[in-house]
Amino acid sequence: MARITAGLTTSHVPAIGASIDHGRTQEPYWQPLFAGYDWTKQWAAADPPDVVILVYNDHASAFTPEFVPTFALGCGDEFPPADEGYGPRPVPVVQGDPDLAAHLAQSLILDEFDLTLLYKLEVDHGLTVPLSLVYGQPEAWPTRVIPLAVNVVQYPPPTGHRCYMLGKAIRRAVHSYPEDLSVQVWGTGGMSHQLQGPRAGFINSKFDISFIDRLVTDPDALAQIPHLEYVREAGSEGIELVMQLIMRGAMGPEVKELHRHYHVPGSNTAIGHLVVQPLDILGQEAG
Amino acid sequence: MSAYTSEFDDIPGTRVFTAARAKQGYHLNQFCMSLMKAENRERFKADERAYLDEWPMTEEQKQAVLDRDYNRLLDLGGNIYFLAKIFATDGLSYLQAVSTMTGMPIDEYQQMMVSGGRSPDGWRSVQEGN
Repeated sequence: MARITAGLTTSHVPAIGASIDHGRTQEPYWQPLFAGYDWTKQWAAADPPDVVILVYNDHASAFTPEFVPTFALGCGDEFPPADEGYGPRPVPVVQGDPDLAAHLAQSLILDEFDLTLLYKLEVDHGLTVPLSLVYGQPEAWPTRVIPLAVNVVQYPPPTGHRCYMLGKAIRRAVHSYPEDLSVQVWGTGGMSHQLQGPRAGFINSKFDISFIDRLVTDPDALAQIPHLEYVREAGSEGIELVMQLIMRGAMGPEVKELHRHYHVPGSNTAIGHLVVQPLDILGQEAG
Repeated sequence: MSAYTSEFDDIPGTRVFTAARAKQGYHLNQFCMSLMKAENRERFKADERAYLDEWPMTEEQKQAVLDRDYNRLLDLGGNIYFLAKIFATDGLSYLQAVSTMTGMPIDEYQQMMVSGGRSPDGWRSVQEGN
């Protein structure tokens, strides 16, 4: 039986990918940002899961103004890196898990989450930067990945509560899959940032740290935050934080915090990163 | 306009990309997407006005593109992730392009970010003045 073994959150800023791809991670500007991922890289290399369900948002790469799916699940065999205007990132093609994706699609839709299903998808920095931060620069990614794209570009995006509920449904779906798989759920994006208007450059570290704290210990209350509060306290693009609640919902009621990292800035953005383990991994106490 | 949408107007210096703005900016954002192809970038750079005239955009939208007036483009239905295709064509980073919307010189903006970013104080609410 499949089980959810860990969850993580991380920012997915494009400049982080460029820094990795161009060998600039040890420059003074970037070094402290990447240092916060050293623990994670060791942890991740020791025991990669079979599959990562990777929650992210597309940034006008795969989704044009012609269609705006709220939740879209990648059901294909593989997902090539998108050309975002600077040429595709030099990273491996992402291998999917179409069998588990088909099971998730069935389980989630019957659980009343009306997903869009994608059988052809190019993935942008929103998905590939987290993989690079956790797995470095391998020849092939060590795990299969099921992309879950969330609209956080056009308002209204889904509410934090809806995302949290989707995470809980993902947990039920994974636990009803007969194959013995280790599955992680990653919620990417954020933290506070604003890329538009005279308020651009907005950063709210106090809110961000509190968000991480509440994500660990009080997700039920955190899921009630309205969109207005995200934009007011975390900036217009800080709305991406709702995606982290999908990860948290998938972890079950209680988690153990394994690692966290917070750094300002990465380009225009506050960088936040958290690794957690569900206390209840299919009835077994986490080690 | 619904309360949901109008509440965001209380946040200073911010334009939320609503479904109504997405409709208003549809052709502008489609033009932006076309710049993801190298051949289109070349044609645009060779004659910006002629390339813009191929799109059913308003004259205001075309002029704002020519002026690289990103705040104006947001008002006219643009969204930053689509507009990014314009500044990528110009060879600018997000940091460089975003700074132009704040009225700050790039080095001053970059210094603000390195020093912890723009403080939320005074930028939360017009009505509350906080």
